[in-house]
Amino acid sequence: MLKPSALSLAIGLVPFLGMCFSVPLWDRVSPMILGLPFNLFWLVTWIVISSGCMALANRVEEHRKKKRDNAI
Amino acid sequence: MTPSFTAMSVILFIVILGSVVGFRAGAGRKMNLEEWSVAGRSFGLLFMWLLMAGEIYTTFAFLGASGWAYSRGGPALYIMAYITLGYVISFYVLPFIWGLGRRHGLQTQSDFFEKRYQSKGLALFVSLIGVLFVIPYLQIQLVGLGIIVQVASFDQIPRATSMLIAVCVVALFVFFGGMRAVAWVSVIKDFLMILAAVSIGIYVPAHYFGGVGPLFHSLAATHPSHLVMPGATKTMGHAWFISTVVLSACGFYMWPHTFGAAFTAKSGHILRRNAIVTPLYTISLAFIFIAGFAAVLLVPGLSNGDMSLLMLARKSFPAWFLGVIGGAGALTAMVPAAIIILTASTLFAKNVYRPLFAPQMAEDKVARLAKTMVLVLALTSFYLALHSSTTLVALLLLGYAGVTQFFPGVVLGLFWSRVTTTGVISGLVAGLATVASLMLSHHDPFRGLNAGFIALCLNFLVTATVSFSTCAQENPLPLSDAE
Repeated sequence: MLKPSALSLAIGLVPFLGMCFSVPLWDRVSPMILGLPFNLFWLVTWIVISSGCMALANRVEEHRKKKRDNAI
Repeated sequence: MTPSFTAMSVILFIVILGSVVGFRAGAGRKMNLEEWSVAGRSFGLLFMWLLMAGEIYTTFAFLGASGWAYSRGGPALYIMAYITLGYVISFYVLPFIWGLGRRHGLQTQSDFFEKRYQSKGLALFVSLIGVLFVIPYLQIQLVGLGIIVQVASFDQIPRATSMLIAVCVVALFVFFGGMRAVAWVSVIKDFLMILAAVSIGIYVPAHYFGGVGPLFHSLAATHPSHLVMPGATKTMGHAWFISTVVLSACGFYMWPHTFGAAFTAKSGHILRRNAIVTPLYTISLAFIFIAGFAAVLLVPGLSNGDMSLLMLARKSFPAWFLGVIGGAGALTAMVPAAIIILTASTLFAKNVYRPLFAPQMAEDKVARLAKTMVLVLALTSFYLALHSSTTLVALLLLGYAGVTQFFPGVVLGLFWSRVTTTGVISGLVAGLATVASLMLSHHDPFRGLNAGFIALCLNFLVTATVSFSTCAQENPLPLSDAE
């Protein structure tokens, strides 16, 4: 198995930026969206985005594997 | 019929139904150690998903998360972030662990340390620390069960009695079922838990406030600082949030039982797919938070925040539905407790007792010893749960601070061939010593940062420095073996 590529690692960093390191920017109550305080709404949205990021990273890794298998 | 009788009957029915389904799943299979502990490495995506959701969405997520939303406010949101990010990390780590596990016949976390670092001493140390820090996690489940029975019986059955019943059920369940049974019960558990979460999270705000929006508007008006960090606490601000989320996400798969779950998969690919799909399940936590926040306004003044979700349910629903919610809660405690006990007892028998006292012990004798350990562990955690007074989240944070100290040894072991045995041992000892000294002297959070996070940073630093200053070693588990 190959080490994770730099590209897929960079994709994995995106959820950390969105849900963790940027907390001072989104930790507030207003504006409320769909009835939820902004911070709760933000996290729910980012759960979905994170799942998308992982799907993307998976495609990157699959693609690399296929390329390597073809080379052999 | 009294409300307590109705509620308790429904809970009992759900628990029995769950156990029967579990036992039937295990019937007719030859039970060797590998089948009992890792289900013969045969789980596909659906079962993996169930098992992993089973061990992550515990009574902690159910009662603990709403309890913190109630008592602490904003800081509780860390739970949503760390679970999602824990899956992100798993995407890059677990498939390799699985691949190496299959190639080299690894069954436990400590097997990995032994093979990678060629050190029986380190493996033994890892097992002992692992068993030590799952005890608070096990305690969470029993305390949770105690709370459920106490609230659902309208305070008629004392907590001690209910926890004792819970311990017996869990021990029997593990004893006869094994890992396959556990995954099956997860099916019922997850269904009921989502039902309970959604119905409380939607019905309660709609009934009392006319919707989720009005609920949060009136909460923001009466408790302006409760919904943001540091909420009702003084120390849990943004630095605490970031450090706790990073620590917990790194530790997510470092528990002996979550690490061990990676070995039950049929392929490494399934673990990646799992990391894509399972985070979506975390959205159900939003409903649990809504319940906790609603309880601030509807059932104020509870001395134990962990009771808030059930007190809210008792106030809002008929007794039979309180029973359904209680039953869902009981299964969310039983399933993880079973997984933890199963893993910890295998770990103890295989990686502590056998190397120390009986190196020639046959596999079937190890299996028998592991089953005896089930009882020992169940009773130990029962004893501790009886004498505990801390919140569910505090117990979890303690466990995470401990088990995350394995993270450098695992990740560097996989991806950095220069790491040495002495380096890993030094880092682990430095990390654990920091955790112990900061937590025992009540310095958590330390200067706004999670104590476990500080220990983790130090651990990485020491591991890297000592590795560089000791002779390079051969890597017995190269990634090329993980095909």
